Amino acid sequence: MKIHEHQAKQLMAARGIAVPRGTVAFTVEEAVAAVRPLVEESGNPVVVIKSQIHAGGRGKGTFVEHPDLRGVTVVTVGINGGIDATEAAVADLAAQMLGSLLVTIQTGPAGKQVSRLYIEQGINIDRELYLAVLLDRAIARNVVVVSTEGGMEIERVAEETPDKIHRAEVDPAVGLATFQANSLGWNLGLEGPVHVGFAELAKTLVSVVSELDTDLIEINPLVVTTEGKVMALDGKMAFDDNALYRHPDVAAMRDETEEDPAELEAKKTGLSYIKLDGTIGCMVNGAGLAMSTMDIIKHFGGEPANFLDVGGGASAEQVAAAIRIITADPNVRGIFVNIFGGIMRCDTIASGIISGVKEVGLAVPMVVRLEGTNVELGKQMLEESGLNLVTANDMKEGAQKIVELAG
Amino acid sequence: MSILVSNETRLLVQGLGRTGRFHADRSIAYGTNVVAAVHPSRAGEVEVFEGDSDRSGVPGRPDRFRVEVPIFRTVVEAVGATGADASVVFVPPPAAADAIMEAAAAPVPLIVAITEGIPVADMVVANRYIADKPVRLVGPNCPGVITPRECRIGIMPGYIHQPGRIGVVSRSGTLTYEAVYQLTRLGLGQTTAVGIGGDPVNGTNFVDVLRLFNDDPATEGVIMIGEIGGTAEEDAAAFVAKEMRKPVAAFIAGTSAPAGKRMGHAGAIISGGKGTAAAKIAALEEAGITIAPTPTDMGTAMLSALG
Repeated sequence: MKIHEHQAKQLMAARGIAVPRGTVAFTVEEAVAAVRPLVEESGNPVVVIKSQIHAGGRGKGTFVEHPDLRGVTVVTVGINGGIDATEAAVADLAAQMLGSLLVTIQTGPAGKQVSRLYIEQGINIDRELYLAVLLDRAIARNVVVVSTEGGMEIERVAEETPDKIHRAEVDPAVGLATFQANSLGWNLGLEGPVHVGFAELAKTLVSVVSELDTDLIEINPLVVTTEGKVMALDGKMAFDDNALYRHPDVAAMRDETEEDPAELEAKKTGLSYIKLDGTIGCMVNGAGLAMSTMDIIKHFGGEPANFLDVGGGASAEQVAAAIRIITADPNVRGIFVNIFGGIMRCDTIASGIISGVKEVGLAVPMVVRLEGTNVELGKQMLEESGLNLVTANDMKEGAQKIVELAG
Repeated sequence: MSILVSNETRLLVQGLGRTGRFHADRSIAYGTNVVAAVHPSRAGEVEVFEGDSDRSGVPGRPDRFRVEVPIFRTVVEAVGATGADASVVFVPPPAAADAIMEAAAAPVPLIVAITEGIPVADMVVANRYIADKPVRLVGPNCPGVITPRECRIGIMPGYIHQPGRIGVVSRSGTLTYEAVYQLTRLGLGQTTAVGIGGDPVNGTNFVDVLRLFNDDPATEGVIMIGEIGGTAEEDAAAFVAKEMRKPVAAFIAGTSAPAGKRMGHAGAIISGGKGTAAAKIAALEEAGITIAPTPTDMGTAMLSALG
């Protein structure tokens, strides 16, 4: 699960990590009202207005409706014009940003609608760094990754100047040891009180990872202010879905408007569904088989419309829910059902498919491939059902048939 | 011959909930020696399993079975009383990593964790805990391990398997069944089929299983089934290039998967441009592994690799 930047900063601040002070705003009025207290407290006339969406690259992103406007904008008019000028500028920017579609390198060309903003105090930046904590699957441990190239895409830094990236492995029984945090700080060229501040922050961040079960914490940039303070200027956090049950406060931060509605509905009915851009809907049992069903459709010239894993069996309720979700996608011109029965008998699965299809109806061709115990009986039931179904003997035949039928 | 499990394996079941009980029953029907169960709230009781034997299972058994399985409070007690040397974990996610560590502490030499949805942080701790113990963890989030007509540990359908010449190792459950079924139909059969699971942190990896198959005289070739995410397939390719003396065929799921989306399995995700199917297939081909272009071709790819 992902959360917004302002939520990540709230979680970090509560654990002693320095972040700029800010206020979340859902309306233009709230955005304007945020300005005065922030400026008066910091004594800095500069504020930053930041679009909150679950995608990176917001600073360089622009709006479909306002091609010249960036997703993150620094408001400096207050330096000469005072707070009134800042408020006017924020009102103007907020009005343009709220409700508009922000396109970044991670959103795709359609962009994502901005429905909340974060108004933040301006910070005097001396240096920009990069800091992240994430799982290294190869060693089954978290690693802390730092770089001197703050503000850059870390993948690019890794490719072009790998010597500028340093890492430390986290022993789950220890956390980040002080010597490791110190080494990372020296690797970044930090000295004196700034070095101490960095090491403290890195150790705190690693403890946040184990406390909150994050998949990823990325601070890009982590800045050193001209006053010598180490501060998280951005904050990205993603959480392990399997561990959310023990963090109800984090789970409550979920912003469902950021998620695909069909994927959300599927999750609620116990299905694993991911929407894609193609025309052939897939209903499969098992994640690996579901993935390779998409692959084989593509192999034969079709384009999969989705990933969908119905889980171990295929009950009438699940099949009905799956068909509803698949056919709600207007691009779908055919459905490929691919079930390896395994422990479940194919006649049981066939009756699930038949009653599921009868319940929700079917306006597009459907090819069904069944394998497992009583497969002949299952196929016979499907063929005699009077429904517009085509059966296939294996995955290859099924994929070829649906690609042809969905043309 | 086979790897990991045989007709001498003595199985302990951790977690006797609905799924645990159902699959313990299927394993007993297959002919597996289920000798004990651990379920603290029912310690001292006996779980009775009875029904028709699975005719595709261990040969030479009566048509019907009736087995009384004693239930213990701890793994140590169960092992002490019954000599169990393998455990299957069906414990729900919040307590599953603890169950794995308990089995490792006993120690039970082979621990097969079926549970899906264990928090990653729990598995990081469990992996560190078992690292210096004389145990092997298979899984979690896997279908289990089967040696046809000898021993079934997990949730796979027994009847699709047939004793034979090929080792199977896979990150995916249903794709394992596809491969196994194709091998059975082609008359190649299986020595042992091992599901290593779809989670980002697991116990046994491709390389571990390939090494075991390499040293198993009965195994003549290996099918490995990988998917997007992580670098386990690339590691396997490096091992095959360097040490494998037997032909290997492979299928990689997820060539059409978009980046940044978890495809069902917690571990199946392309992140930061890493873990793509294309990169894995290239590494495997480079190592001389025969690639099945579609999952329907896994058996025939093995045949052609055997030459």
